[in-house]
Amino acid sequence: MSAAEKLDPELESFRTQARAWLAANFPPSLKDKDVSMTAMAGVTLTGDAKLWQERMGAKGWGTPTYPKQYGGGGLTPAQTKILQAEMARIGAKNPIGGMGVMMFGPTLLEYGNEEQKARHVPGIVTAKVRWCQGYSEPGAGSDLAALRTQAVDKGDHYLVNGQKVWTSGAQFADWCFCLVRTDNTKKHEGISFLLIDMKSPGIEVRPIKLISGHSPFCETFFTDVKVPKENLMGPLNGGWTIGKRLLQFERAGLGGGGGSAGRGGSAASLEEVARKYVAIDEKGRIADFDLRARLTEHLMSAKAFALTIQRAQAEAKSNMSPSATTSIMKNAGSKLQQERAELLLEIMGHQGLGWEGEGFARDELESTRAWLGGKAVTIYGGTYEIQHNIIAKRILGLLDHQ
Amino acid sequence: MAVLNEEQTMLRDAAKAWVSEKSPVTAFRKMRDGGNEDGFDKAAWKEIAEMGWTGIIIPEEFGGSGLGYLTLGLVLEEMGRTLTASPLLSTAVATTALLLAGSEALKQEWLPKIAEGKAIATLAVDEGPHHAPEKIALTAKKSSSGYTLSGKKVFVQDGGAADLLIVAARTSGKGKTGVTLFLVPGNAEGLTRTKLKSVDSRGIANLELKDVEVRASAVLGSADNGFDVLDATLDRARAALAAEMLGAAAQEFETTLDYLKTRVQFGQAIGTFQALQHRAAKMFTDLELTRSCVEAALSAIDRNANDIPALCSLAKAKVSELAHLVSNEMVQMHGGIGMTDAHDSGLYLKRARVAEASFGGASFHRDRYASLMGY
Repeated sequence: MSAAEKLDPELESFRTQARAWLAANFPPSLKDKDVSMTAMAGVTLTGDAKLWQERMGAKGWGTPTYPKQYGGGGLTPAQTKILQAEMARIGAKNPIGGMGVMMFGPTLLEYGNEEQKARHVPGIVTAKVRWCQGYSEPGAGSDLAALRTQAVDKGDHYLVNGQKVWTSGAQFADWCFCLVRTDNTKKHEGISFLLIDMKSPGIEVRPIKLISGHSPFCETFFTDVKVPKENLMGPLNGGWTIGKRLLQFERAGLGGGGGSAGRGGSAASLEEVARKYVAIDEKGRIADFDLRARLTEHLMSAKAFALTIQRAQAEAKSNMSPSATTSIMKNAGSKLQQERAELLLEIMGHQGLGWEGEGFARDELESTRAWLGGKAVTIYGGTYEIQHNIIAKRILGLLDHQ
Repeated sequence: MAVLNEEQTMLRDAAKAWVSEKSPVTAFRKMRDGGNEDGFDKAAWKEIAEMGWTGIIIPEEFGGSGLGYLTLGLVLEEMGRTLTASPLLSTAVATTALLLAGSEALKQEWLPKIAEGKAIATLAVDEGPHHAPEKIALTAKKSSSGYTLSGKKVFVQDGGAADLLIVAARTSGKGKTGVTLFLVPGNAEGLTRTKLKSVDSRGIANLELKDVEVRASAVLGSADNGFDVLDATLDRARAALAAEMLGAAAQEFETTLDYLKTRVQFGQAIGTFQALQHRAAKMFTDLELTRSCVEAALSAIDRNANDIPALCSLAKAKVSELAHLVSNEMVQMHGGIGMTDAHDSGLYLKRARVAEASFGGASFHRDRYASLMGY
């Protein structure tokens, strides 16, 4: 905390208010428990968790910087920092999360019209409405602008036909923000941003079973789905800009800066796990010297990554012009996460290769599933290769091949 | 880039301006081709002292500015960019030992001279081809007036030109116990210095000590207990050298990136080829990650934090890996021109390898990091 913040009486009065409100409203049973992402997994909250989500939703503090007129907290960045510090002090986690808050909300506030904001922001702020993302298609992955899901102008509505894939949590979602083609003669300039009610007739959702055994993603089919024209966000054929902006919010939350990078499965440190599964020599070193060397290399890279996050935060806090540091975060973070999962597996040997049932401890099985699930991190939100393209083009100024 | 205060920003900008005007790579090349035996340009060294860089880590009471190691790192980073050869780093390393363990009398005697640029100093540790501070064998035996030193030291940076040597010697025991640090004047009787020609064309020398007599007051800190001071000194040396290496790598990368944008083959700039774009992106990523490590190590030293050893090993290991990668890519991506002596690639490549090996390379520091972390 800087000296200036310490001395600001208005901020200190906000701190007192926040502390009192949290003391009165945060159920102690939820200390250090994160319930924000359960909605995406289709879990309905009950008891204290439900209560905490309702209270934070009503207060608007789950989305502290969103404007008050739409139910947000209306707090300044300085107040938000204080709120977060006060929550961290008592182990209170933000119960408002999901795709709505992380990705769609900020984009809606930036590009939505007044009516759309008034209609959709309150549901995001209270986590009552669950959103999913309709971007990728079978023929449009890394080359997202090749998407073909069609929205045809029918006077008072658009008629939507096509297929989306990798729609996270679509089976539990109430609404979908979707990129659709409204002009077949142009590529990027023929795409529009459409908000689609998932209860509309003609939508079919099929969960996709992944190598990890989980089904966090779906295929979503649209057959003659009628979408009212008022659900077009931004200008007709102007959806690509909005869609890209949203991806920036997404990438900021994935791999980079999310705090989860370098993790995967077991919460124990790699060196602790190594002590348990691999022999130790008389000097207390991991006896398999090749493994020790690779483990060390990984842990040093993880430390370098953590220091880079700290540096980026310090730079952002100061008045320095924004550096290019953040552009490397997703790739650096996702590689570390996968490397860690692979090392964990190798350290556990056959104990790390169980699928389910007897003979395997719970954290062993979780590590295995996390290793498999983690293969996604260099694919979603722009693949590892696409991120490298972005660094090469936007940061380093290298041009496209002609 | 670390968040800097006004003084640091000014000094960094001044260093940037000075190296580009007074000490570009062409100056290094001229020094190399002129058969300069010291491995640095005396006129440039005089200017460096006049700008006060020799006093950056020396407290004001001894004639310095007391700005600290992060600030020293900023200057070394800029010097690294243009391969500026000077005894600034070696002198700062020896100064560090004096600051950490020197008696008041020794500090009074040497620090003002160093701050003024009137004394070049260096640390003599290694006795073989690999950095191994625990394997010190040069002996120091008690004599009637102090100690008698005998043995050899090798690859001592600026060892030929130094007015003052800080020599790590064995007074008893083995490994980390029984090490003592001594101040030995460059003109001491019984000291033979052999200047070596290393690939980076900088001043490096082997030392032979034959019954060199020093007084008891020449002991830095206490006898037999010098290893901790040596280790702490080496950590500061590693972080400072890492800053120089970071600057060199950043320059190598930028020069290579320019070439990718201008060199045309198959009718277009080679930088439009994705195979090269991805390698450039990887280098950029490593540069950013390494910068965080180097700055964190230097800041930790200034704060006297308790994780200095781990952060310095992290910084030196990471910067050594980076220097290796980027210097190799610089040659490869420049193609044939990168193989010629007329191009700067070779100069950066040669300096990179010497710097990698100095004060412990990547594998030395990975092993040390793991041991410090307890596995």
